[in-house]
Amino acid sequence: MEKLTNRYVQINRDPMTFGEKIYIPAIAKGLSITLSHIFRKKATVSYPEQKRPFSPVYRGLHILNRDEEGRERCTACGLCALACPAEAITMEAAERKPGEEHLYREEKYAAKYEINMLRCIFCGYCEEACPKDAVYLSETLMPSNYTRQSFIYKKEDLLIPEHKKQDDK
Amino acid sequence: MSLLGEDIVTEDGEFVINMGPQHPSTHGVLHLKIWLDGETIKRVQPHLGYIHRSIEKMSENLSYRNFIFATSRMDYLSAHINNEACALCVEKGLQIEATPRAQVIRILMAELTRLSSHQLWWGCTGLDLGAVTPFFYAFREREAIMEIMEETCGARLTMNYMVPGGVMYDIHPNFQKRVKDVMKQIKNNLHEYFEILTGNVIFENRTKGVGYLSKEDAISYGVTGPTGRASGVSCDVRKWFPYEGYDKVQFDEILDNCGDCYARYMVRMKEMDQSVSIIEQLIDNIPEGDFQTKTKNVIKLPKGEFYQRVETARGELGVFIVSDGAASPYRIKYRSPNFSNLSAIDHMARGAKIGDLIAIMATLDLVIPDIDR
Repeated sequence: MEKLTNRYVQINRDPMTFGEKIYIPAIAKGLSITLSHIFRKKATVSYPEQKRPFSPVYRGLHILNRDEEGRERCTACGLCALACPAEAITMEAAERKPGEEHLYREEKYAAKYEINMLRCIFCGYCEEACPKDAVYLSETLMPSNYTRQSFIYKKEDLLIPEHKKQDDK
Repeated sequence: MSLLGEDIVTEDGEFVINMGPQHPSTHGVLHLKIWLDGETIKRVQPHLGYIHRSIEKMSENLSYRNFIFATSRMDYLSAHINNEACALCVEKGLQIEATPRAQVIRILMAELTRLSSHQLWWGCTGLDLGAVTPFFYAFREREAIMEIMEETCGARLTMNYMVPGGVMYDIHPNFQKRVKDVMKQIKNNLHEYFEILTGNVIFENRTKGVGYLSKEDAISYGVTGPTGRASGVSCDVRKWFPYEGYDKVQFDEILDNCGDCYARYMVRMKEMDQSVSIIEQLIDNIPEGDFQTKTKNVIKLPKGEFYQRVETARGELGVFIVSDGAASPYRIKYRSPNFSNLSAIDHMARGAKIGDLIAIMATLDLVIPDIDR
């Protein structure tokens, strides 16, 4: 064979010996390996009872964040929708009225914010694009459902519930 | 009596059957139309397009930052290396380089991907040839690598960890320790792999001398990767066109000139050893520094054509970008390894028996979404 690169390894191929040619040793060897695995540690996890923890960077279900005072962080700038390769995010902006300062952090907020989870590919670009740290991908899996409509997550489904914040206090 | 518009028995008395598109041994929606004389294969015709998703066309409407995601869906078993190819091509256009830290992380991730891909292939090959146990063993080891990927990249299969200029996040603090543990485990297990499948006489009889592909044919069909190297074609992109500092690490290119299924099997098995050795060289030497070079928010490549090739687990992947100066590519073409490798199946299978075709398909290591794109 032509030697093309500076370093390469040639695989040697020896013919089978008589001991290898009769089937019985091969079968016995295979069985001994599989039997030895009975006494090893189990590799499986019994899933619904035990769950492996996800890593902090795991890209799961989206969450719309609130700030320290429980106000919505999202300002409906549309950068996440622009960054989304799957075009899964749609939003409508609205202006904050006087008296709503405890609800929304800035003058503009998202009146409608929808993520189509069937389109979403969980790439994490929305999280990367968000200048207000409003949207991030949590460490949970998307639950299954029966209808297509139920996979379009509205703002109420995505927002962290407000009572959580009160519990902290 | 017609089967897809043609008679079951041709005028020459050849029997036409369809293998797939949902056949247990075709690893996906590969449809092979086979002309048979008795049990001997006269001709094989692959029918493609069942999962064509027009990734190339879709990329024309996406920005340079976003089109990378789609390539994880091409060859999903070496998703990381596909992403790397696109990121490198964009970096070539921008005339920047990833930071030293990012480069080493990329090599580590690419080799981990190659290991997990080859392990899955090993399990599936065993399954196709009638050995069920390898499938479970392979998935057990693969799971350990998938956990590392999940911890650092944020996803298990479609990692999407590459961005132009580096990687998306820094590595997890546990990364080095876990990789070392997994490498120790894999080294033990590779020994076990050889014992349970390689030396088995049934396996050897089914693969030795089956599906021969000569060096000349391999070159003319454009067969690359382990499949090409088993035929004696020295085609390792990591050696010939080193990228990301592959020229700085010590590893061997595995070559064999037998060109049959057993040679392809052995080349992949030996490649796992090489991947382990590359990872062991680099895991303690990850340089400090940034994990990402600063790039503009909207990447615009200068007018021109850019090409980058990388070595995926299956062969040479080429990414060709034509840019007209806008924020999204004018045209993207992927040269995918599986498409070229599949084209040789007719040549290899002629004259063989149906059972041999399964062995040929298994050792070609086909991933169907990469063929269709």
